[in-house]
Amino acid sequence: MPITYTSNEQIEVYRFSLPVAIIIPLLALAIQAFVPRWLPFFNIVDLPFLVVVFFALARRSQITGLLTGAAIGLLQDSLTNYPLGLYGISNTVVGYGASSLGVKLDVENAGSRFLVTLFFYVVHEFTYFLIARGLVRLDLHWSWWHELGSALANALVAVALFAFLDRFKQRA
Amino acid sequence: MENLITRYRNVTILVAVLFAQVLGLAVQVKRTSENESTRLIRVWTNDTISPLEKGTVLVHMSLRDLWNNYVNLRGVRQENKQLKDQIQQLRIEQARLSEDATQAHRLQALLGFKEQFVSQTVAAQVIGTSGSEQSRSVYIDKGSRDGLKQDMAVITGDGVVGKVLRVFSGTSQVLLINDQTSGVGAILEKSRLQGVLRGTANGDVVLEKVMSDEPVQPGDKVLTSGGDQIFPKGLPVGSVTRVAPGAELFYKIDVKPTADLSRLEEVLVVTEVKDREPSVADSGPPMRAADILAARLPTVPDKPATDPTKPLTAAPTTPGAQPTSPPASHPTGTAATPGAQNSAAPSSVSSTAQLKSANGSAEPKPVKPAVAQPNASVPAVILKSPKPANLTPSPASSSSGTQTAPAQEQPQGPPQ
Repeated sequence: MPITYTSNEQIEVYRFSLPVAIIIPLLALAIQAFVPRWLPFFNIVDLPFLVVVFFALARRSQITGLLTGAAIGLLQDSLTNYPLGLYGISNTVVGYGASSLGVKLDVENAGSRFLVTLFFYVVHEFTYFLIARGLVRLDLHWSWWHELGSALANALVAVALFAFLDRFKQRA
Repeated sequence: MENLITRYRNVTILVAVLFAQVLGLAVQVKRTSENESTRLIRVWTNDTISPLEKGTVLVHMSLRDLWNNYVNLRGVRQENKQLKDQIQQLRIEQARLSEDATQAHRLQALLGFKEQFVSQTVAAQVIGTSGSEQSRSVYIDKGSRDGLKQDMAVITGDGVVGKVLRVFSGTSQVLLINDQTSGVGAILEKSRLQGVLRGTANGDVVLEKVMSDEPVQPGDKVLTSGGDQIFPKGLPVGSVTRVAPGAELFYKIDVKPTADLSRLEEVLVVTEVKDREPSVADSGPPMRAADILAARLPTVPDKPATDPTKPLTAAPTTPGAQPTSPPASHPTGTAATPGAQNSAAPSSVSSTAQLKSANGSAEPKPVKPAVAQPNASVPAVILKSPKPANLTPSPASSSSGTQTAPAQEQPQGPPQ
Protein backbone atom coordinates (compact mmCIF):
# COMPACT_ATOMS: atom_id res chain seq x y z
CA MET A 1 0.00 0.00 0.00
CA PRO A 2 2.43 2.65 -1.07
CA ILE A 3 1.61 6.28 -0.78
CA THR A 4 3.34 7.49 -3.90
CA TYR A 5 4.12 10.97 -5.05
CA THR A 6 2.42 11.69 -8.34
CA SER A 7 2.92 14.51 -10.76
CA ASN A 8 0.04 16.87 -11.39
CA GLU A 9 -0.33 15.48 -14.87
CA GLN A 10 -0.99 11.99 -13.53
CA ILE A 11 -3.61 12.73 -10.93
CA GLU A 12 -7.25 12.18 -11.66
CA VAL A 13 -9.64 14.97 -10.74
CA TYR A 14 -13.28 14.05 -10.17
CA ARG A 15 -16.47 15.94 -9.86
CA PHE A 16 -19.91 15.10 -8.58
CA SER A 17 -23.36 15.85 -9.87
CA LEU A 18 -25.31 18.44 -7.90
CA PRO A 19 -27.84 16.00 -6.42
CA VAL A 20 -25.03 13.75 -5.20
CA ALA A 21 -23.12 16.71 -3.77
CA ILE A 22 -26.21 17.72 -1.80
CA ILE A 23 -27.82 14.41 -0.91
CA ILE A 24 -24.73 12.57 0.33
CA PRO A 25 -23.79 15.15 3.00
CA LEU A 26 -27.42 15.44 4.11
CA LEU A 27 -27.78 11.68 4.27
CA ALA A 28 -24.58 11.48 6.29
CA LEU A 29 -25.94 14.06 8.71
CA ALA A 30 -29.27 12.28 9.01
CA ILE A 31 -27.64 8.91 9.68
CA GLN A 32 -25.26 10.52 12.15
CA ALA A 33 -28.18 12.06 14.04
CA PHE A 34 -30.44 9.05 13.84
CA VAL A 35 -28.38 5.90 14.43
CA PRO A 36 -26.95 6.80 17.89
CA ARG A 37 -30.52 6.72 19.18
CA TRP A 38 -30.31 2.92 19.03
CA LEU A 39 -26.56 2.43 18.92
CA PRO A 40 -24.98 4.97 21.26
CA PHE A 41 -21.45 3.80 20.44
CA PHE A 42 -22.00 4.91 16.83
CA ASN A 43 -21.19 8.42 18.06
CA ILE A 44 -17.49 7.71 17.67
CA VAL A 45 -17.98 7.48 13.91
CA ASP A 46 -18.11 10.92 12.31
CA LEU A 47 -19.83 10.44 8.95
CA PRO A 48 -19.93 14.14 7.97
CA PHE A 49 -16.18 14.32 8.56
CA LEU A 50 -15.64 11.26 6.35
CA VAL A 51 -17.74 12.82 3.60
CA VAL A 52 -15.64 15.99 3.79
CA VAL A 53 -12.45 13.95 3.45
CA PHE A 54 -13.88 11.96 0.55
CA PHE A 55 -14.99 15.00 -1.43
CA ALA A 56 -11.75 16.83 -0.74
CA LEU A 57 -9.59 13.91 -1.86
CA ALA A 58 -11.65 13.30 -4.98
CA ARG A 59 -11.98 16.91 -6.13
CA ARG A 60 -8.41 17.86 -5.29
CA SER A 61 -9.28 21.52 -5.16
CA GLN A 62 -8.33 23.39 -2.03
CA ILE A 63 -11.01 26.04 -2.32
CA THR A 64 -13.77 23.55 -3.03
CA GLY A 65 -12.45 21.37 -0.23
CA LEU A 66 -12.47 24.07 2.40
CA LEU A 67 -15.86 25.39 1.34
CA THR A 68 -17.34 21.88 1.42
CA GLY A 69 -15.82 21.39 4.85
CA ALA A 70 -17.21 24.69 6.10
CA ALA A 71 -20.71 24.00 4.77
CA ILE A 72 -20.96 20.45 6.12
CA GLY A 73 -19.39 21.49 9.41
CA LEU A 74 -21.86 24.31 9.93
CA LEU A 75 -24.76 21.99 9.18
CA GLN A 76 -23.35 19.53 11.70
CA ASP A 77 -23.04 22.33 14.24
CA SER A 78 -26.64 23.29 13.76
CA LEU A 79 -27.76 19.91 15.10
CA THR A 80 -25.84 20.34 18.35
CA ASN A 81 -26.58 22.61 21.27
CA TYR A 82 -23.25 24.44 20.99
CA PRO A 83 -22.47 27.61 19.04
CA LEU A 84 -22.17 27.32 15.26
CA GLY A 85 -18.60 27.07 14.04
CA LEU A 86 -16.97 24.36 16.12
CA TYR A 87 -17.36 21.65 13.52
CA GLY A 88 -17.35 24.33 10.82
CA ILE A 89 -13.80 25.42 11.54
CA SER A 90 -12.40 21.94 12.10
CA ASN A 91 -13.98 20.58 8.92
CA THR A 92 -12.73 23.60 6.98
CA VAL A 93 -9.19 22.80 8.07
CA VAL A 94 -9.70 19.13 7.20
CA GLY A 95 -11.20 19.95 3.79
CA TYR A 96 -8.31 22.22 2.92
CA GLY A 97 -5.68 19.80 4.20
CA ALA A 98 -7.17 16.71 2.57
CA SER A 99 -7.51 18.37 -0.81
CA SER A 100 -3.94 19.68 -0.55
CA LEU A 101 -2.75 16.18 0.19
CA GLY A 102 -4.91 14.75 -2.55
CA VAL A 103 -3.05 16.83 -5.10
CA LYS A 104 0.28 15.37 -4.07
CA LEU A 105 -0.48 11.77 -3.12
CA ASP A 106 -2.18 8.82 -4.71
CA VAL A 107 -5.18 8.40 -2.51
CA GLU A 108 -7.10 5.93 -4.61
CA ASN A 109 -6.11 2.79 -2.77
CA ALA A 110 -7.48 1.52 0.50
CA GLY A 111 -4.21 1.73 2.43
CA SER A 112 -3.56 5.37 1.69
CA ARG A 113 -7.18 6.22 2.40
CA PHE A 114 -6.92 4.49 5.77
CA LEU A 115 -3.80 6.44 6.74
CA VAL A 116 -5.08 9.76 5.44
CA THR A 117 -8.34 9.39 7.34
CA LEU A 118 -6.47 8.35 10.48
CA PHE A 119 -4.27 11.43 10.28
CA PHE A 120 -7.01 13.90 9.48
CA TYR A 121 -9.30 12.56 12.15
CA VAL A 122 -6.68 13.43 14.78
CA VAL A 123 -6.25 16.85 13.14
CA HIS A 124 -10.03 17.34 13.19
CA GLU A 125 -10.37 16.38 16.85
CA PHE A 126 -7.40 18.47 17.89
CA THR A 127 -8.76 21.52 16.09
CA TYR A 128 -12.18 20.98 17.65
CA PHE A 129 -10.60 20.57 21.07
CA LEU A 130 -8.61 23.80 20.73
CA ILE A 131 -11.60 25.85 19.61
CA ALA A 132 -13.95 24.33 22.18
CA ARG A 133 -11.51 25.00 25.00
CA GLY A 134 -10.14 28.30 23.79
CA LEU A 135 -13.15 30.05 22.34
CA VAL A 136 -16.24 28.40 23.80
CA ARG A 137 -14.72 27.38 27.14
CA LEU A 138 -16.15 23.89 27.03
CA ASP A 139 -14.66 21.54 29.58
CA LEU A 140 -13.22 18.89 27.27
CA HIS A 141 -10.54 16.39 28.15
CA TRP A 142 -8.04 15.12 25.63
CA SER A 143 -7.45 11.39 25.78
CA TRP A 144 -4.97 9.95 23.30
CA TRP A 145 -6.35 6.45 23.71
CA HIS A 146 -9.87 7.55 23.00
CA GLU A 147 -8.85 9.69 20.04
CA LEU A 148 -6.67 7.00 18.50
CA GLY A 149 -9.39 4.41 18.98
CA SER A 150 -11.94 6.68 17.34
CA ALA A 151 -9.47 7.48 14.56
CA LEU A 152 -8.99 3.77 13.87
CA ALA A 153 -12.74 3.16 13.81
CA ASN A 154 -13.28 6.08 11.44
CA ALA A 155 -10.43 4.99 9.19
CA LEU A 156 -11.91 1.51 8.90
CA VAL A 157 -15.35 2.89 8.11
CA ALA A 158 -13.75 5.28 5.62
CA VAL A 159 -12.25 2.46 3.58
CA ALA A 160 -15.65 0.86 3.08
CA LEU A 161 -17.52 4.13 2.69
CA PHE A 162 -15.11 5.58 0.14
CA ALA A 163 -15.32 2.41 -1.93
CA PHE A 164 -19.09 2.82 -1.99
CA LEU A 165 -18.96 6.53 -2.78
CA ASP A 166 -16.52 5.94 -5.64
CA ARG A 167 -19.54 4.89 -7.69
CA PHE A 168 -20.77 8.47 -7.76
CA LYS A 169 -17.54 9.97 -9.03
CA GLN A 170 -17.41 11.45 -12.50
CA ARG A 171 -14.25 12.26 -14.36
CA ALA A 172 -13.77 16.02 -14.70
CA MET B 1 0.13 43.13 -2.67
CA GLU B 2 -2.33 42.05 -5.31
CA ASN B 3 0.27 39.72 -6.72
CA LEU B 4 0.82 38.24 -3.29
CA ILE B 5 -2.88 37.55 -2.79
CA THR B 6 -3.16 36.00 -6.24
CA ARG B 7 -0.15 33.86 -5.56
CA TYR B 8 -1.48 32.61 -2.27
CA ARG B 9 -5.11 32.70 -3.29
CA ASN B 10 -6.07 29.38 -1.71
CA VAL B 11 -4.43 30.11 1.59
CA THR B 12 -6.00 33.55 1.62
CA ILE B 13 -9.44 32.09 1.11
CA LEU B 14 -8.79 29.52 3.83
CA VAL B 15 -7.78 32.24 6.27
CA ALA B 16 -10.80 34.35 5.29
CA VAL B 17 -13.25 31.49 5.79
CA LEU B 18 -11.69 30.53 9.11
CA PHE B 19 -11.65 34.12 10.26
CA ALA B 20 -15.32 34.54 9.38
CA GLN B 21 -16.24 31.45 11.36
CA VAL B 22 -14.13 32.42 14.36
CA LEU B 23 -15.75 35.84 14.30
CA GLY B 24 -19.20 34.26 14.10
CA LEU B 25 -18.32 31.95 16.96
CA ALA B 26 -17.06 34.80 19.11
CA VAL B 27 -20.22 36.81 18.47
CA GLN B 28 -22.42 33.86 19.44
CA VAL B 29 -20.48 33.16 22.61
CA LYS B 30 -20.62 36.78 23.66
CA ARG B 31 -24.28 37.29 22.87
CA THR B 32 -26.63 36.35 25.65
CA SER B 33 -29.72 35.56 23.59
CA GLU B 34 -28.09 33.36 21.01
CA ASN B 35 -31.35 32.04 19.65
CA GLU B 36 -32.57 35.04 17.80
CA SER B 37 -30.22 35.49 14.88
CA THR B 38 -28.50 32.12 14.54
CA ARG B 39 -31.67 30.17 14.26
CA LEU B 40 -32.06 30.18 10.51
CA ILE B 41 -29.43 27.59 9.68
CA ARG B 42 -30.62 25.47 12.58
CA VAL B 43 -34.17 25.68 11.28
CA TRP B 44 -33.08 24.76 7.76
CA THR B 45 -31.03 21.81 8.91
CA ASN B 46 -33.75 20.67 11.24
CA ASP B 47 -36.44 20.96 8.60
CA THR B 48 -34.30 18.91 6.23
CA ILE B 49 -33.20 16.21 8.62
CA SER B 50 -36.25 15.73 10.83
CA PRO B 51 -38.66 14.44 8.12
CA LEU B 52 -36.17 11.67 7.37
CA GLU B 53 -35.91 10.84 11.04
CA LYS B 54 -39.65 11.01 11.59
CA GLY B 55 -40.26 8.75 8.60
CA THR B 56 -37.73 6.21 9.79
CA VAL B 57 -39.18 6.21 13.28
CA LEU B 58 -42.67 5.78 11.87
CA VAL B 59 -41.64 2.80 9.75
CA HIS B 60 -39.75 1.28 12.64
CA MET B 61 -42.64 1.71 15.06
CA SER B 62 -45.13 0.30 12.57
CA LEU B 63 -43.01 -2.76 11.96
CA ARG B 64 -42.43 -3.23 15.66
CA ASP B 65 -46.14 -2.91 16.44
CA LEU B 66 -46.98 -5.32 13.64
CA TRP B 67 -44.54 -7.83 15.03
CA ASN B 68 -45.50 -7.39 18.66
CA ASN B 69 -49.28 -7.22 18.16
CA TYR B 70 -49.85 -9.84 15.51
CA VAL B 71 -46.88 -12.15 15.22
CA ASN B 72 -44.96 -12.43 18.42
CA LEU B 73 -47.77 -13.49 20.78
CA ARG B 74 -46.02 -16.43 22.40
CA GLY B 75 -46.25 -16.32 26.17
CA VAL B 76 -48.90 -13.63 26.19
CA ARG B 77 -51.38 -15.75 28.17
CA GLN B 78 -48.81 -16.44 30.87
CA GLU B 79 -47.78 -12.81 30.92
CA ASN B 80 -51.43 -11.78 31.19
CA LYS B 81 -51.86 -13.96 34.26
CA GLN B 82 -48.74 -12.52 35.85
CA LEU B 83 -49.91 -9.01 35.14
CA LYS B 84 -53.28 -9.70 36.71
CA ASP B 85 -51.55 -10.94 39.84
CA GLN B 86 -49.39 -7.88 39.80
CA ILE B 87 -52.45 -5.65 39.49
CA GLN B 88 -53.94 -7.25 42.59
CA GLN B 89 -50.77 -6.58 44.56
CA LEU B 90 -50.56 -3.06 43.26
CA ARG B 91 -54.16 -2.39 44.24
CA ILE B 92 -53.36 -3.29 47.82
CA GLU B 93 -50.27 -1.16 47.68
CA GLN B 94 -52.24 1.66 46.12
CA ALA B 95 -54.83 1.58 48.87
CA ARG B 96 -52.11 1.92 51.47
CA LEU B 97 -50.30 4.68 49.61
CA SER B 98 -53.53 6.48 48.92
CA GLU B 99 -54.23 6.62 52.60
CA ASP B 100 -50.74 7.95 53.27
CA ALA B 101 -51.11 10.52 50.53
CA THR B 102 -54.45 11.67 51.86
CA GLN B 103 -53.02 12.12 55.28
CA ALA B 104 -49.99 13.97 53.99
CA HIS B 105 -52.24 16.12 51.87
CA ARG B 106 -54.37 16.99 54.83
CA LEU B 107 -51.38 17.87 56.96
CA GLN B 108 -50.01 20.04 54.19
CA ALA B 109 -53.32 21.81 54.02
CA LEU B 110 -53.37 22.37 57.73
CA LEU B 111 -49.86 23.74 57.71
CA GLY B 112 -50.57 25.98 54.73
CA PHE B 113 -47.96 24.41 52.44
CA LYS B 114 -48.15 25.21 48.78
CA GLU B 115 -47.76 22.15 46.64
CA GLN B 116 -46.45 22.08 43.11
CA PHE B 117 -47.80 19.53 40.72
CA VAL B 118 -47.51 18.67 37.07
CA SER B 119 -50.90 19.49 35.66
CA GLN B 120 -50.32 18.96 31.95
CA THR B 121 -47.86 17.01 29.85
CA VAL B 122 -47.35 16.25 26.18
CA ALA B 123 -46.07 12.83 25.17
CA ALA B 124 -43.34 12.91 22.54
CA GLN B 125 -41.23 10.46 20.61
CA VAL B 126 -37.46 10.80 20.43
CA ILE B 127 -36.55 10.93 16.76
CA GLY B 128 -32.85 11.71 16.73
CA THR B 129 -29.75 12.89 18.50
CA SER B 130 -27.23 15.65 17.95
CA GLY B 131 -24.92 13.10 16.35
CA SER B 132 -21.99 14.42 18.33
CA GLU B 133 -19.96 12.88 21.12
CA GLN B 134 -19.67 16.17 22.94
CA SER B 135 -23.18 17.52 22.57
CA ARG B 136 -25.74 15.54 24.54
CA SER B 137 -29.11 16.48 23.21
CA VAL B 138 -31.97 14.72 21.46
CA TYR B 139 -34.74 15.74 19.12
CA ILE B 140 -38.40 14.99 19.78
CA ASP B 141 -41.32 14.98 17.37
CA LYS B 142 -43.31 17.74 19.06
CA GLY B 143 -42.77 21.44 18.63
CA SER B 144 -44.40 24.83 18.94
CA ARG B 145 -47.50 23.56 17.14
CA ASP B 146 -48.06 21.23 20.09
CA GLY B 147 -47.66 23.99 22.65
CA LEU B 148 -44.05 23.37 23.55
CA LYS B 149 -41.90 26.26 24.68
CA GLN B 150 -38.31 26.79 25.61
CA ASP B 151 -37.20 25.66 29.09
CA MET B 152 -40.02 23.19 29.65
CA ALA B 153 -39.04 20.15 31.69
CA VAL B 154 -38.78 16.79 29.95
CA ILE B 155 -39.29 13.66 32.01
CA THR B 156 -39.98 9.95 31.75
CA GLY B 157 -41.64 7.60 34.17
CA ASP B 158 -38.22 6.95 35.67
CA GLY B 159 -37.20 10.52 36.25
CA VAL B 160 -35.90 13.74 34.82
CA VAL B 161 -34.42 13.70 31.31
CA GLY B 162 -33.68 17.32 30.49
CA LYS B 163 -35.27 20.52 29.29
CA VAL B 164 -36.45 21.91 25.99
CA LEU B 165 -33.63 23.95 24.52
CA ARG B 166 -34.92 24.99 21.11
CA VAL B 167 -38.39 24.77 19.70
CA PHE B 168 -39.12 24.42 16.00
CA SER B 169 -42.53 24.14 14.42
CA GLY B 170 -42.78 20.35 14.47
CA THR B 171 -39.78 19.29 16.48
CA SER B 172 -37.80 20.39 19.52
CA GLN B 173 -34.29 19.99 20.78
CA VAL B 174 -33.97 18.65 24.32
CA LEU B 175 -30.84 19.29 26.34
CA LEU B 176 -30.12 16.22 28.44
CA ILE B 177 -29.07 16.51 32.06
CA ASN B 178 -25.71 14.87 31.31
CA ASP B 179 -24.64 17.62 28.93
CA GLN B 180 -21.99 19.84 30.42
CA THR B 181 -23.95 23.00 29.73
CA SER B 182 -27.03 21.80 31.62
CA GLY B 183 -27.82 22.49 35.26
CA VAL B 184 -30.60 21.20 37.49
CA GLY B 185 -31.41 22.33 41.01
CA ALA B 186 -31.32 19.15 43.07
CA ILE B 187 -31.73 18.01 46.63
CA LEU B 188 -30.66 14.87 48.46
CA GLU B 189 -33.71 13.03 49.71
CA LYS B 190 -32.32 11.99 53.09
CA SER B 191 -30.11 14.83 54.20
CA ARG B 192 -32.08 17.54 52.33
CA LEU B 193 -28.77 19.08 51.22
CA GLN B 194 -29.16 21.11 48.06
CA GLY B 195 -26.83 21.33 45.10
CA VAL B 196 -26.57 21.76 41.36
CA LEU B 197 -26.65 18.75 39.08
CA ARG B 198 -24.35 19.06 36.07
CA GLY B 199 -23.14 16.94 33.20
CA THR B 200 -19.47 16.36 32.56
CA ALA B 201 -17.36 16.20 29.41
CA ASN B 202 -17.58 12.42 29.28
CA GLY B 203 -21.34 12.28 29.84
CA ASP B 204 -21.45 11.54 33.55
CA VAL B 205 -23.62 13.44 36.01
CA VAL B 206 -22.26 15.10 39.14
CA LEU B 207 -23.89 16.95 41.99
CA GLU B 208 -21.95 20.08 42.87
CA LYS B 209 -22.13 22.77 45.52
CA VAL B 210 -23.26 20.37 48.23
CA MET B 211 -21.96 21.45 51.61
CA SER B 212 -19.95 18.74 53.32
CA ASP B 213 -21.37 19.36 56.78
CA GLU B 214 -23.62 16.30 56.70
CA PRO B 215 -22.76 12.78 55.60
CA VAL B 216 -23.90 11.60 52.17
CA GLN B 217 -23.97 7.91 51.38
CA PRO B 218 -23.86 6.09 48.04
CA GLY B 219 -27.40 5.05 47.19
CA ASP B 220 -29.01 8.23 48.49
CA LYS B 221 -31.74 9.43 46.19
CA VAL B 222 -31.45 12.76 44.39
CA LEU B 223 -34.61 14.75 43.63
CA THR B 224 -35.31 18.03 41.90
CA SER B 225 -35.39 20.92 44.34
CA GLY B 226 -37.57 23.18 42.24
CA GLY B 227 -35.13 26.02 42.75
CA ASP B 228 -34.31 26.35 39.08
CA GLN B 229 -37.91 27.26 38.20
CA ILE B 230 -37.84 24.69 35.38
CA PHE B 231 -38.25 21.29 36.98
CA PRO B 232 -41.11 20.78 39.43
CA LYS B 233 -40.02 19.93 42.94
CA GLY B 234 -39.63 16.31 44.00
CA LEU B 235 -39.07 14.55 40.69
CA PRO B 236 -36.53 11.72 40.88
CA VAL B 237 -33.24 12.54 39.18
CA GLY B 238 -30.85 9.79 40.19
CA SER B 239 -28.99 8.13 42.99
CA VAL B 240 -25.58 8.79 44.48
CA THR B 241 -22.89 6.40 43.29
CA ARG B 242 -19.74 7.96 44.76
CA VAL B 243 -18.96 10.68 47.25
CA ALA B 244 -15.59 12.41 47.37
CA PRO B 245 -14.34 15.55 49.07
CA GLY B 246 -14.36 18.35 46.53
CA ALA B 247 -12.99 21.85 46.49
CA GLU B 248 -13.32 23.95 49.64
CA LEU B 249 -16.28 22.87 51.74
CA PHE B 250 -18.17 21.03 49.06
CA TYR B 251 -18.64 17.39 48.19
CA LYS B 252 -18.06 16.01 44.73
CA ILE B 253 -20.88 13.56 44.23
CA ASP B 254 -21.29 11.26 41.26
CA VAL B 255 -24.90 10.55 40.38
CA LYS B 256 -26.42 7.84 38.25
CA PRO B 257 -29.54 9.17 36.50
CA THR B 258 -32.69 7.16 37.05
CA ALA B 259 -33.72 7.59 33.42
CA ASP B 260 -31.61 5.76 30.84
CA LEU B 261 -30.45 8.76 28.86
CA SER B 262 -28.73 6.73 26.17
CA ARG B 263 -31.86 4.80 25.20
CA LEU B 264 -34.71 7.26 25.29
CA GLU B 265 -37.76 6.48 23.20
CA GLU B 266 -40.81 8.21 24.63
CA VAL B 267 -40.71 11.22 26.91
CA LEU B 268 -43.17 13.58 28.55
CA VAL B 269 -42.83 17.33 28.23
CA VAL B 270 -44.23 19.17 31.21
CA THR B 271 -46.25 21.96 29.63
CA GLU B 272 -47.92 23.21 32.76
CA VAL B 273 -47.01 23.24 36.42
CA LYS B 274 -49.36 24.69 38.98
CA ASP B 275 -48.85 25.89 42.49
CA ARG B 276 -51.80 25.35 44.74
CA GLU B 277 -52.58 25.31 48.35
CA PRO B 278 -54.20 22.00 49.17
CA SER B 279 -57.57 22.31 50.83
CA VAL B 280 -58.91 20.08 53.50
CA ALA B 281 -62.06 19.56 51.47
CA ASP B 282 -60.03 18.00 48.65
CA SER B 283 -58.60 15.34 50.84
CA GLY B 284 -61.55 13.21 51.69
CA PRO B 285 -63.32 12.98 55.02
CA PRO B 286 -61.81 15.33 57.57
CA MET B 287 -59.61 13.93 60.27
CA ARG B 288 -57.67 15.61 63.00
CA ALA B 289 -53.91 15.84 62.79
CA ALA B 290 -53.72 14.41 66.27
CA ASP B 291 -55.61 11.35 65.12
CA ILE B 292 -53.38 10.88 62.14
CA LEU B 293 -50.22 11.10 64.16
CA ALA B 294 -51.60 8.96 66.94
CA ALA B 295 -52.46 6.28 64.45
CA ARG B 296 -48.89 6.36 63.20
CA LEU B 297 -47.23 6.33 66.57
CA PRO B 298 -46.50 2.95 68.15
CA THR B 299 -49.15 1.90 70.59
CA VAL B 300 -48.31 1.62 74.24
CA PRO B 301 -48.42 -1.93 75.55
CA ASP B 302 -51.53 -2.72 77.52
CA LYS B 303 -51.26 -2.56 81.25
CA PRO B 304 -53.82 -2.20 83.94
CA ALA B 305 -55.03 1.31 84.31
CA THR B 306 -54.55 3.03 87.59
CA ASP B 307 -58.26 3.49 87.83
CA PRO B 308 -59.93 1.02 85.53
CA THR B 309 -63.35 2.09 86.53
CA LYS B 310 -62.87 5.61 85.15
CA PRO B 311 -60.60 5.24 82.20
CA LEU B 312 -61.92 8.14 80.19
CA THR B 313 -62.96 10.68 82.69
CA ALA B 314 -59.41 11.54 83.65
CA ALA B 315 -58.97 13.75 80.64
CA PRO B 316 -61.10 16.83 80.78
CA THR B 317 -63.52 16.97 77.92
CA THR B 318 -65.49 20.04 78.64
CA PRO B 319 -64.60 23.12 76.65
CA GLY B 320 -63.94 25.26 79.61
CA ALA B 321 -61.74 22.85 81.47
CA GLN B 322 -58.20 23.91 82.34
CA PRO B 323 -55.31 22.19 80.67
CA THR B 324 -53.44 19.62 82.70
CA SER B 325 -50.08 20.93 81.57
CA PRO B 326 -49.11 24.56 81.11
CA PRO B 327 -49.20 25.77 77.52
CA ALA B 328 -45.68 27.08 77.73
CA SER B 329 -44.40 23.54 77.87
CA HIS B 330 -45.64 22.91 74.38
CA PRO B 331 -42.73 22.22 72.08
CA THR B 332 -44.01 24.43 69.32
CA GLY B 333 -44.51 27.34 71.57
CA THR B 334 -47.83 28.10 69.96
CA ALA B 335 -50.35 29.84 72.12
CA ALA B 336 -52.83 27.26 73.23
CA THR B 337 -56.51 27.54 73.69
CA PRO B 338 -57.71 25.51 76.61
CA GLY B 339 -60.24 23.58 74.68
CA ALA B 340 -57.82 22.64 72.00
CA GLN B 341 -55.17 21.58 74.42
CA ASN B 342 -57.62 19.42 76.21
CA SER B 343 -58.96 17.75 73.17
CA ALA B 344 -55.64 16.25 72.24
CA ALA B 345 -55.48 13.53 74.81
CA PRO B 346 -58.74 11.80 74.24
CA SER B 347 -58.53 12.08 70.51
CA SER B 348 -55.26 10.25 70.29
CA VAL B 349 -56.55 7.65 72.60
CA SER B 350 -59.68 7.18 70.62
CA SER B 351 -57.86 6.73 67.36
CA THR B 352 -55.56 4.17 68.87
CA ALA B 353 -58.54 2.28 70.10
CA GLN B 354 -60.23 2.56 66.74
CA LEU B 355 -57.18 1.32 64.96
CA LYS B 356 -57.10 -1.74 67.14
CA SER B 357 -60.76 -2.36 66.53
CA ALA B 358 -60.31 -2.05 62.85
CA ASN B 359 -57.50 -4.56 62.99
CA GLY B 360 -59.83 -7.21 64.25
CA SER B 361 -59.92 -6.78 68.00
CA ALA B 362 -63.55 -7.39 68.86
CA GLU B 363 -63.76 -5.67 72.19
CA PRO B 364 -62.35 -2.24 72.81
CA LYS B 365 -59.46 -2.16 75.21
CA PRO B 366 -59.60 0.00 78.28
CA VAL B 367 -58.04 3.28 77.38
CA LYS B 368 -55.71 5.07 79.72
CA PRO B 369 -55.27 8.79 80.00
CA ALA B 370 -51.54 8.32 80.28
CA VAL B 371 -51.43 7.14 76.70
CA ALA B 372 -51.91 10.66 75.56
CA GLN B 373 -48.80 11.98 77.25
CA PRO B 374 -46.26 10.97 74.60
CA ASN B 375 -48.37 12.86 72.12
CA ALA B 376 -48.24 16.12 73.97
CA SER B 377 -46.93 17.89 70.93
CA VAL B 378 -49.51 16.48 68.58
CA PRO B 379 -52.13 19.19 68.67
CA ALA B 380 -49.76 21.81 67.35
CA VAL B 381 -51.61 21.86 64.09
CA ILE B 382 -54.98 22.07 65.71
CA LEU B 383 -53.91 25.01 67.80
CA LYS B 384 -53.46 27.02 64.63
CA SER B 385 -57.07 26.56 63.70
CA PRO B 386 -58.76 29.86 63.05
CA LYS B 387 -61.90 28.68 64.79
CA PRO B 388 -61.06 27.25 68.17
CA ALA B 389 -64.72 27.41 69.10
CA ASN B 390 -65.32 24.48 66.80
CA LEU B 391 -63.12 22.27 68.88
CA THR B 392 -65.96 21.46 71.20
CA PRO B 393 -66.09 17.76 71.90
CA SER B 394 -69.18 15.93 70.94
CA PRO B 395 -71.79 15.47 73.59
CA ALA B 396 -71.79 11.78 72.91
CA SER B 397 -68.18 11.38 73.79
CA SER B 398 -68.38 13.37 76.95
CA SER B 399 -71.52 11.76 78.20
CA SER B 400 -71.07 8.13 77.31
CA GLY B 401 -67.36 8.00 77.91
CA THR B 402 -66.61 6.06 74.72
CA GLN B 403 -64.36 7.98 72.42
CA THR B 404 -65.69 7.85 68.90
CA ALA B 405 -64.50 9.69 65.85
CA PRO B 406 -64.57 13.32 66.87
CA ALA B 407 -66.12 14.73 63.76
CA GLN B 408 -67.18 17.92 65.47
CA GLU B 409 -63.67 18.73 66.51
CA GLN B 410 -62.42 19.38 63.00
CA PRO B 411 -60.99 22.75 62.23
CA GLN B 412 -63.44 24.31 59.84
CA GLY B 413 -62.46 26.42 56.93
CA PRO B 414 -59.15 26.88 55.17
CA PRO B 415 -55.88 26.87 57.08
CA GLN B 416 -54.08 30.09 57.76
